[in-house]
Amino acid sequence: MTDILRRTGLALGLPLVLFVVWWVTSAGSENFFLPPLADILAAFTATWTADRFAADVLPSLVRLAAGYAIAAVLGIALGVLVGSLPRVRAAFEPVLEFLRAIPPPVLVPILMLIAGIGDGMKVAVIVSGCVWPILLNTVEGVRAVDPVLADTCRSYGIGGAARLRHLVLRSASPQMVAGLRQALSLGIILMVISEMFAASTGLGFTIIQFQRSFAIPEMWSGIILLGLTGFALSLIFKFFEARVLAWYHGLRRAERGRS
Amino acid sequence: MLDVRGLRKVYEGWGRTVEAIRDLTFDVPEGQLLCLVGPSGCGKTTLLRCVAGLLRPTSGEVVLHGNNVTGPPEDMAVVFQEYGRSLFPWHTVRRNVELPLRRKKLSRKRRTELVDEALEAVGLTGTATAYPWQLSGGMQQRVAIARAIAYEPQVLLMDEPFAAVDAQTRGELEDLIRSVWHRFGVTTLFVTHDIDEAVYLGQRVIVMSSSPTVVQEDLAIDLPDERDQLTTRSAPRFAELRAHIYAEIQRAKGPAGGAAAAEAETQEAAGA
Repeated sequence: MTDILRRTGLALGLPLVLFVVWWVTSAGSENFFLPPLADILAAFTATWTADRFAADVLPSLVRLAAGYAIAAVLGIALGVLVGSLPRVRAAFEPVLEFLRAIPPPVLVPILMLIAGIGDGMKVAVIVSGCVWPILLNTVEGVRAVDPVLADTCRSYGIGGAARLRHLVLRSASPQMVAGLRQALSLGIILMVISEMFAASTGLGFTIIQFQRSFAIPEMWSGIILLGLTGFALSLIFKFFEARVLAWYHGLRRAERGRS
Repeated sequence: MLDVRGLRKVYEGWGRTVEAIRDLTFDVPEGQLLCLVGPSGCGKTTLLRCVAGLLRPTSGEVVLHGNNVTGPPEDMAVVFQEYGRSLFPWHTVRRNVELPLRRKKLSRKRRTELVDEALEAVGLTGTATAYPWQLSGGMQQRVAIARAIAYEPQVLLMDEPFAAVDAQTRGELEDLIRSVWHRFGVTTLFVTHDIDEAVYLGQRVIVMSSSPTVVQEDLAIDLPDERDQLTTRSAPRFAELRAHIYAEIQRAKGPAGGAAAAEAETQEAAGA
């Protein structure tokens, strides 16, 4: 019990200190671009109403979810394929490294030509960025499948779909999750970026809109909301990771305990 | 019932060819517990992988029930040396033991029975919901053995299964192998580098020469069927057999192989 209290204390302590510091130093600020935190919070409650949420935040999150899900399915499927076949891997790896090195925002104009300026384009921007860390990490995870376990599966006749399910996907899951984690933070950035071009709704669009109309406290409130959204998503991800990789963390702890 | 005929395995690669096994011929009658012992680096694991259908021999054949082994046979189970890497760390003990049974078209009830019986036979009742990494090394190897016997194989292959466990656990596991073998009557091929272990466990011991490997000697172990760590190991006959095999292995290393063997031993000592 005291342990939980101490941990929540540690987790909440620094944010609280930063909040107070921001509040005190910004109080009575005359700088137009750095308004007092009190003003920002007032703008926050006024701006982010339920209607606003439905009109701007929700579409953003839906596009993020769609792009992220497509990237995850595509990245894992291709990653398993490329990782399991050495020849395919040798042929694909240089190309993949090249494609990965292209910053997705530069693709926006091209994607606009192909996918138009609607939701499709914005989802495509998110996919084009998120897919690489998932794909490349999956390839690494799949090629690192333990040869002894692979022999075990062969000798017990565990092949095909059962092998994929019980050996390949599970054994590569720590790397996949690492890729998914990178992709999530990338996805949030790309969600905002995709809404800076030819958008009429969305969190990113709204923040840019406030910025251009010099509604500075509102802009700040949007940035805070974006931070909170990212934080909430990473919490959800941590929960997911703790469930999927419970065995992995247990194994690591056991190995550390023994050595 | 299991015939190894003229088995030869040559590894080729990087402009270098290594003849691991030159010519191995022996047969294993149904229900026998056969130990294969040889100096380190003599191709024991290569032989076992060929028998298991995990590796294609260069020439010669492995015949099980009159059928040529070209891939892992359905009624064969293998226990590997690296217990920590042959169990699925993401599955519980129960699922680890049960997983190979799924291809066998058994009812769920029958599968549960087989798993429970196997876990009971290796003394692991009550650990079914644990994960392998929560268990000690010896217990993990027991899980691997339970998985092998739940599979109800005709042939059980064991590749130095106790090389990585401590001496006391090793004694217990040896007795476990004897009791499992008595209980299920499964034909067992047990590969080891430990002479005492081979004599203690086997009905018959095949001594392999150093690489390129041939059968150096084929020896029946005429110790009583009831064995235990204290009396069997202190019996005069045990000492005789042990000394005989020891001498054979020294001879197997040969004058030419002596230097290489000595080198291998220093490496082993350095590794340990």
